[in-house]
Amino acid sequence: MRIALPLAFAVSLCAAAYGEDTSAALPPKTSSWSFNGVTGTYDRGALQRGFQVYKEVCSACHSLNLVSFNDLSAPGGPGFSAAQAKAIAAGYKIPAEPNDKGETMDPNGTRLTRAGILADHFPPPFPNEQAARASNGGALPPDLSLIEKARAGGPDYVYSILTGFAHKPPKGFKLMSGKYYNPYFPGRNISMPPPLTDGSVSFADGTPNKVAQEAHDVVTFLAWASEPKLEERHRTGFAVIAFLLLFSGLLFLAYRKIWKDQH
Amino acid sequence: MAIATKPEPTRRDFLYIATGAAGAVGVAFAAWPFIDQMNPSSAVLAMASIEADLAPIQVGQQVVFKWRGHPLFVRRRTPKEIAEARAVTISDLPDPLARNANLAEDAPASDANRGSKPEWLVLVGVCTHLGCTPTVFEGDFGGWLCHCHGSQYDTAGRIRKGPAPQNLPVPPYSFLTDTKIKIG
Amino acid sequence: MAGQSTYVPGSGLSRWFDKRLPIMRLMHDTMTTFPTPRNLNIWYTFGGILTFCLAVQIVTGVVLAMHYVPNADLAFNSVEGRIMREVNYGWLIRYIHSNGASMFFFAVYIHMFRGLYYGSYKAPREIIWILGVLIYLLMMGTAFFGYVLPWGQMSFWGATVITSLFSAIDQVIPNLGTAITTWLWGGFAVDDATLNRFFSLHYLLPFAIAAVVGLHIWALHVPGNNNPLGIDVKGPQDTVPFHPYYTVKDAFYLSLFVILFAVFVFYAPDFFGNPDNSTPANPLVTPPDIVPEWYLLPFYAMLRSVPQKLIGVLVLVGALVSLVFIPWLDTSKVRSCRFRPLMKQLFWVFALDCVMLGYVGSQSADAALHLAGIDMPLVWLARVGTLYYYAFFWLLMPLIGKIEKSKALPESIAKSVLGARGEHS
Repeated sequence: MRIALPLAFAVSLCAAAYGEDTSAALPPKTSSWSFNGVTGTYDRGALQRGFQVYKEVCSACHSLNLVSFNDLSAPGGPGFSAAQAKAIAAGYKIPAEPNDKGETMDPNGTRLTRAGILADHFPPPFPNEQAARASNGGALPPDLSLIEKARAGGPDYVYSILTGFAHKPPKGFKLMSGKYYNPYFPGRNISMPPPLTDGSVSFADGTPNKVAQEAHDVVTFLAWASEPKLEERHRTGFAVIAFLLLFSGLLFLAYRKIWKDQH
Repeated sequence: MAIATKPEPTRRDFLYIATGAAGAVGVAFAAWPFIDQMNPSSAVLAMASIEADLAPIQVGQQVVFKWRGHPLFVRRRTPKEIAEARAVTISDLPDPLARNANLAEDAPASDANRGSKPEWLVLVGVCTHLGCTPTVFEGDFGGWLCHCHGSQYDTAGRIRKGPAPQNLPVPPYSFLTDTKIKIG
Repeated sequence: MAGQSTYVPGSGLSRWFDKRLPIMRLMHDTMTTFPTPRNLNIWYTFGGILTFCLAVQIVTGVVLAMHYVPNADLAFNSVEGRIMREVNYGWLIRYIHSNGASMFFFAVYIHMFRGLYYGSYKAPREIIWILGVLIYLLMMGTAFFGYVLPWGQMSFWGATVITSLFSAIDQVIPNLGTAITTWLWGGFAVDDATLNRFFSLHYLLPFAIAAVVGLHIWALHVPGNNNPLGIDVKGPQDTVPFHPYYTVKDAFYLSLFVILFAVFVFYAPDFFGNPDNSTPANPLVTPPDIVPEWYLLPFYAMLRSVPQKLIGVLVLVGALVSLVFIPWLDTSKVRSCRFRPLMKQLFWVFALDCVMLGYVGSQSADAALHLAGIDMPLVWLARVGTLYYYAFFWLLMPLIGKIEKSKALPESIAKSVLGARGEHS
C-alpha cells in the first residue's frame, strides 16, 4: 500500500506520449553549443561570424533593440575592439534629433539620420509595428534581443528553425498561402521565408559558409544577445560555490565540535 | 550529561575564528554587488564621452552640447575676443587658476591655458556659484552673465565680477581632427 | 519556554541602555539562552532559512526598485534592457530575486510539511500555525504581484486570468464581480494602472510579512519549539541553549541551502521561469498556455478541475482556508507522525498528491495521458487530487485520530536522545 500508490502515479506520469498529427511541431534537434554546460563560453569566432550573418541577412526584417554597439566590445562578447565597435556604429544611420528648424524629415519625406555612436542601440529596420507588418505580409518579425530565452528549446529551437526549411511537407499537408513549411515551427506554417542559403554570407575568416555553419554562428550570436553576461555568470558562480563549499565544511566541523558532548 | 567547561584556547577556537573570518569575507564579497549597482551603469558610462562637430559653428558663435548631464559651451572666438582675453593681467582675476582638466591643477589662468587652440573655447556651462547656466554674449566682459546672482565671466570664461568663486571649468578634451573634438 | 531573563549587561553603557530599551536583553533571551529541544533535526532548520530568504528578497527587491520603471511602456525594457544588461551586477541581483522567490516557496513548503508531520499545529501552538497560514497567503500575494512587474506575456496574461476570477462573483450578486475586477484593474483590462498599483503592493506586502513573522516567532517563544518526538519538554535536561547549538547548526544548513540557491542563480537562472515572459506583454495575443509559477501550480490545478468558474474559485479559496482549521480538525492526542503509523502513510500520500496536482497544473487544460490505448484527460487526475486534498483535512484528520492505534511514546526527550546510547560523560 505504501509503495503501490506512489508507484502508480509515477508510472502514469511516464506513460504520456506525443500526438501523431502532422501539425504538431517536431521537438528541436539538439546540438552541442560552446556555451552549454557549467563551463560554457561563447566561441569568439562564431560570435563575429554570427554578427555578420545578423547584419547582412536578419537585420533586414528583425530588430535587435536591447543590444548597443558598445556591447560589441564588452568582455564576454564578440570581442571587437573599442575602435572596431565605434566604426561599426558609425556605419549605421540612426534617426536624428530635430534640426535647428525643428525638422525630422528632408524635403523628400525621408527621415533625417546621423551616424551611430557607441551608446546607440541597433536601429530597428522598421519605424513601427504597422510598417513591419506591411512589409512582411501581415506578420511581425520578432525582435531578436531575447529570442533564445523567449522560445522553448532556446538555441536548439532557433537552429532547428533556420535549418528546418530543407524539409519538404509530407503528402497531403495543407500549406497556407503566403507561408512556408517548417516542421519545427508550431503549426508548421511559418511566415518567414528561408533566410539562409549556402553562400549567403562570405565570412572574412574563410570559414565555409554552408547553411548549417551560418545557422550555427548566428545562433551563437543570438545566444550572446539574449545572455551577454553568461561568461561572467559562470565565472562568478564557480568562485561563489567553491567558497560556499569551503564555508559549509568549516561550519560542519564547528557544528560537530559544538554538539560532540551532547550526543 | 556533559558539563561544558570553558575551553582552553585550542585548535577548537581556531576553527571558530576561521569560520567567523570566512563568513566575514563572504559577507564583504556578497555586499560589493549591492554597493556597485549604484555606480553609473554601462549606458551612463557610454555617454561619458561625446564627440562634437565644429564645422557648422561660425566665428563669433556658441553652440551648446549636452555632456554628462551638463551644458557644454563650445564657442568660436573672434580675434577681438581673443585679444581681449589675452590683455587681462592674471593677478587682477578673482580666480588665478586655469581650472583646465587637461593641465596641472596649479596652472595659472592665462588665456593660453584655457584651451589648446585660441579660436576654440570649450567650457562646462555650469556657474561655479550655485550651478545655474550662464547666458552667452551678456555681461560687461563680453563673455557670459549668470542671471541667477549676477556672476560675470570674460571671453576666456574666467570669473571677473560677482559671487562665483571659480572660473568656468575646462573639461578634458582633445581634437580628433581640425573640426571634431572628443570631450571626456 | 518563556521564563525569567538571565541577561546581565556587560558594561556600564549596556546597563544604561538596558534600562531604557532592552534590545540586547531581548536578543539574549530569544537567541542566546533560549532553551531549545536538543533533538531537533534538519527539518527544523527551515524557519531560520525562511528568515534569510525574506531578508534576501527585501534587500534585492529594494535595490531592483532603484532601476525598475513601473510603467507599461517602459517596464519590460527597464528589466531586460537596463537591469539585466547595463546596471553593474544587475543580472545577478535580478536572478537572486527571481530564483529567491522559488527558494522561498521551496523552504516554506518544507516548513509547512514539517509542521503537519510533527503535529506542530496542535495545542498550544494553534496561533503559531494560523499566523503561518497568514504568512503563506501574504507570500502568495507578494509573488503574484511581483511576477506581473516584468510585464512579459505571462506577467500580463497571468494577471488577467487571476484578477478575472473575481468576476465569478457576478453569478451570486449581479454586477458586483465586474465592479470588483474593474476596481482592481483601474480600467477595463489589466493595463498601466494595474501595473503601478501592483508595484506599490509588491513593495508593501513583504514588510507586512516581516511583521507577521515577528508575531509568529513571539507566539513560538511562549510554549517553545515542538520536536520530532512531539512530546513536551520536561526540564532543562531536554534542552540546550539556542546559541551556540542551534545558531551554528542553522548556519550550516543555511549554507547548504545557499549552495543550492547559487546553483540555480549561476547555472540555471531561467529554470523556474517561462519563455513567454521574455516576450513583452501584448494584450492582443494570448500565449498558447497560461501558467503561474511552479509554487502556485497545485492550486491552479484545483481551480481548473471544476468547469464552473465560481465553484472553481470556491474550491481554490476553500483549499487555502481549510489550512486554518487544521489544529481543530486533527483529533489525535499524539502529535508526531513518528508514532502514528496510519497517519504517516496518509501524510505521504498527501505530499505526493500535492506534487501530482502541481504537475497537472503545469500542463495545458486539455492535456491527457495515453495509457494502454485509453485517453485520460489530466483534469480527472486533478479532480481526484483535489478530492483527496479536502478529504485529508476534513475527513481523515478527524477520523484517523479517533481510530488509530499509535505507537508508545518515549518517556522524555533526554531519555530518547541519550538513553538509547547509554550514559555519556
